[in-house]
Amino acid sequence: MPEQNELRYTAEHEWVLVEGTVATIGITAYAAAQLGDIVYLDLPDAGTEVAGGSVVGEIESTKSVGELFAPVDGTVLEKNTAVEDSPELVNSDPLGEGWLLKVEFTELPELLSLDAYNALIGD
Amino acid sequence: MTTESLQTTAPLPGGDQTGTAHTDAPQSAHAASPASAPASLSATSAFSGRHIGTDATAQARMLEAVGYASITELMSAAVPRAIQFDQSLADSLVPPAATEREAVDELRALASTNRVSKSYLGLGYYDTITPAVIKRNVLENPSWYTAYTPYQPEISQGRLEALINFQTMVSDLTGLATANASMLDESTAAVEGMLLARRASKSTSPRFLVDADALPQTKSLLRARAEAVGIEIVELVLDSVDHPANGEHPLAGATSEGAFGVFVQYPGASGRVWNPSDVIEIVHQAGGIAVVGADLLALTLITSPGELGADVAIGNSQRFGVPMGFGGPHAGYMSVRAGLERQLPGRLVGVSVDAAGHPAYRLSLQAREQHIRREKATSNICTAQVLLAVMAGMYAVYHGPEGLRAIAAGVNRSARSIAAQLSAAGYEIVHADYFDTIQVRVPERAQRLAEHAHSRGILLHVVDADTVSIAVDETTTDIDLLALAVVFDAEQRTDAAATAEGEPSIPEHLVRTSDYLTHPVFNTHRSETSMMRYLKRLADYDYALDRGMIPLGSCTMKLNAASEMEAVTWREFAGIHPFAPKSDVGGYLELIGQLERWLADVTGYDSVSLQPNAGSQGELAGLLAIRGFHRANGDAERTVCLIPSSAHGTNAASAVLAGMKVVVVACDDLGNVDLDDLRSKIEQHAADLAALMITYPSTHGVYEHEVTEICRLVHEAGGQVYVDGANLNALLGFARFGDFGGDVSHLNLHKTFCIPHGGGGPGVGPVAAKAHLAPFLPGHMFAQGDEHLLVDGSTVVHGGGPVSAAPYGSPSILPISWAYVRMMGMKGLTDATAAAVLAANYVAARLAPYYPVLYTGENGLVAHECILDLRAITQASGVPVDDVAKRLVDYGFHAPTMSFPVAGTLMVEPTESEDIGEIDRFIEAMIEIKREIDAVAAGEWPADDNPLRNAPHTAQAVIEGEWAHAYDRETAVYPVRSLVRGKYWPPVRRIDQAYGDRNLVCACPPPEAFE
Repeated sequence: MPEQNELRYTAEHEWVLVEGTVATIGITAYAAAQLGDIVYLDLPDAGTEVAGGSVVGEIESTKSVGELFAPVDGTVLEKNTAVEDSPELVNSDPLGEGWLLKVEFTELPELLSLDAYNALIGD
Repeated sequence: MTTESLQTTAPLPGGDQTGTAHTDAPQSAHAASPASAPASLSATSAFSGRHIGTDATAQARMLEAVGYASITELMSAAVPRAIQFDQSLADSLVPPAATEREAVDELRALASTNRVSKSYLGLGYYDTITPAVIKRNVLENPSWYTAYTPYQPEISQGRLEALINFQTMVSDLTGLATANASMLDESTAAVEGMLLARRASKSTSPRFLVDADALPQTKSLLRARAEAVGIEIVELVLDSVDHPANGEHPLAGATSEGAFGVFVQYPGASGRVWNPSDVIEIVHQAGGIAVVGADLLALTLITSPGELGADVAIGNSQRFGVPMGFGGPHAGYMSVRAGLERQLPGRLVGVSVDAAGHPAYRLSLQAREQHIRREKATSNICTAQVLLAVMAGMYAVYHGPEGLRAIAAGVNRSARSIAAQLSAAGYEIVHADYFDTIQVRVPERAQRLAEHAHSRGILLHVVDADTVSIAVDETTTDIDLLALAVVFDAEQRTDAAATAEGEPSIPEHLVRTSDYLTHPVFNTHRSETSMMRYLKRLADYDYALDRGMIPLGSCTMKLNAASEMEAVTWREFAGIHPFAPKSDVGGYLELIGQLERWLADVTGYDSVSLQPNAGSQGELAGLLAIRGFHRANGDAERTVCLIPSSAHGTNAASAVLAGMKVVVVACDDLGNVDLDDLRSKIEQHAADLAALMITYPSTHGVYEHEVTEICRLVHEAGGQVYVDGANLNALLGFARFGDFGGDVSHLNLHKTFCIPHGGGGPGVGPVAAKAHLAPFLPGHMFAQGDEHLLVDGSTVVHGGGPVSAAPYGSPSILPISWAYVRMMGMKGLTDATAAAVLAANYVAARLAPYYPVLYTGENGLVAHECILDLRAITQASGVPVDDVAKRLVDYGFHAPTMSFPVAGTLMVEPTESEDIGEIDRFIEAMIEIKREIDAVAAGEWPADDNPLRNAPHTAQAVIEGEWAHAYDRETAVYPVRSLVRGKYWPPVRRIDQAYGDRNLVCACPPPEAFE
């Protein structure tokens, strides 16, 4: 599991782990807590082209349905099928086993640091 | 039926003046007959004193607690002066109150001017036999009809089980994985199917293909609704064709330009039974979704849509024991193949587990409904048709698979018999393959023949000048068939018919071979004793108004008086086909006309349409009227709908379906529209502002003082004002939407006007409009009366597109609201409003020392409901609002509305119908619960083991095994001593919501699961 400060963040409460040209994407612990019990994820299949800022999936909890935004332009390399089968992993381990997508990206946009993200959520 | 003849057959009490008052001479009638006033006052006290729970003595006590000397003083302080309505009672179109007996007599007279012909019209509506055990124990039983939507599942297990029976029935018969419970009618279900196809299809085409042999009213609705959301309808003659070895399939041309889906009617409106699997396959190849409209009774004999490749099936369950009722209410249905569950609109019952690990039912996937997802919701529908879905499901439970198959076989035999007789007499039968409907060629005399038949009390559908159709049903007898043959002058051919009956009319390759309704529930209750006890057992699981108060804010759970319900099941109201000729429905049209004008009058509008089948449909109709108005004025670019952040989610969902773009307006800390933000949003959208939707009193239960100014600002900018009438119970008799700036509103007859909630439907959501919008209110191709009387006595044709399958929506329940208004009179309606506002303020005043009241207007008063703010209490004690709601069950109450409009709060609406004893019992329960919360906060009970956290407690939970909790058993189940004799025992403990949504099961679980 990566350390929180190794990650980059978005204003849509997603985290991004950058390794070479691959971005691993998940939602933050704050977002998971706000959503409550997550019951269903709709994630794009490998090979899907995604555009940064667009809606690429859904995260459904007992309280609401959140949208998953692509933080980068690129192509989906892999989705986490384990969270599709056990959505509760996103609640129990949002930064680890609860990751959602790996995306091969062409260019990395500007993302938030941990401090900037914490400031955003008022922590 | 003319007005004159009605007056002779239906004399109204108080003489002819009253009779003409709501037909011909609205403005002057009461003024001209002052003599009727004293009699009407005594009549008022007769029923309104029964409807309003608090008498003068109780109200005096309540007023003292609130701090006002009289109810008049309270109301003039609560309702902003600027909007107070000062019309004298004498000017009202609402006649002086009748007694219960008089009102029922008047309804009898109206009913007697309807004529129940033998209907062979078909087109989705068929006469049916309601098993008496279901009629008496469900339709006429307040335990079923006064329950609310099962949002609190622990106290709703009975109707949730009944609904999962319905879902299982639909899913089995249609051969698709998951069915919902339920849709408003067949044609709106087809629209929802089209919208689902667009969401789920891979195709980006805007085109939707529609079977030319679909029901005419469904085609009309699809066209009207598609236009608003940018879908292009392409109507095609679809047929089963062999795959051509070379050359193109006839459909290929249509799909080559792309289509996101197709709608197929199966069997067709013409009655023909054909195999649509080729059509479905071609549409699938183009990336589209196939929606099939199917007849549930036919599906007991013919191959299911699921087996033919359909993705979605829709239809009506009316002929499963639910009377036609001149169009409704009935439960429409929708089912989908695996993989599309999360695209289902409306309510879906699923199985989860309770705190003890026992199976328990609850509404699934709630997060996808409009009240959460707003403009991103799958649909705007909210109220469903629960009571009717329960009846249809129970019809299947009672008859079982063999019984249904026998009924269907009997219907098919009748159809073959008449076809054979007519054929032997030389008539051409258009389609050889059919289930229950045949088309008969009668060159150039279709109209004449239909008129001749009608003169003999028989209704035939005129397809075109040369063709009529005959649809038989389970009530059709041999004598009926003989009478039908006589009309065609074919009665001598019965021998031929007898032999021809042997020939099948369902093609062999479409004969159903798969099983259905194999679950034990459909194979157990064959005797009436067993059925009666099953219905009683389920009713006993539930908490309805016949047990106690249901103080749900924004839901108005008031009395549904027995005398209001009387007429619903009378044959003259229940037994009429929605497309019956005008001369058969004089009583209905009279009743509808009167109700339209009474509702327009009490809300300050000019014209009303009763067509919308729920509040959501009323909203849509109102917004479509605004859209039609702007377009007619050449303002097609006006598409922005401003909606305050405090609005009910349905508003936003409806706006999207009316082709509008939602722009949210901020609210201030008091829950009122932020005027500065409104001004700036209006300025930003000066060119494209279509409307503002505002709820009054606000969703926060407050009389907003700036409402007149808000309406003025919108009008000044060229926009229209939509006032959501959900909270009309706080206003009736004191202010009118139309007077303070509303252009159009929907009302909820199932809130303010006493139609029972039925456990989550039926509803009626009439739309009321000012004269300039009236021409754009919903019309209907089969409407018996094109012209609607305005309050000023002039007439208007409602010329907008339809929003329901039937011209007048759900007419068979309109006598309920008619009777309520008739028995209350304007004075009674006004007194009811005041009593409702007093009750809410009394609860607020008594509970304020324990729970802060979140929003109040000037003078510190609330309207007809109050919000108890638990957020600080939760913060301090760790006890969430859910625990309080569930704990109320242990005290014998239905919880108030939870976390709407503000998370972490409870919204309480006592209504005028509760008496002070019940209101005090609720207040005392809430005070006692506050003491329990304090004990948790003080550490007397652990945060994770206290009577609140473990609520509700079942009998089993306190009896079986060791008691190892920090509180005793008496505290668990008898927190107040009065419960000892009259305890409501919930059948299950707290239900795990997440488990059910993660493991979606929406059909009856096997009986072993309950062991």
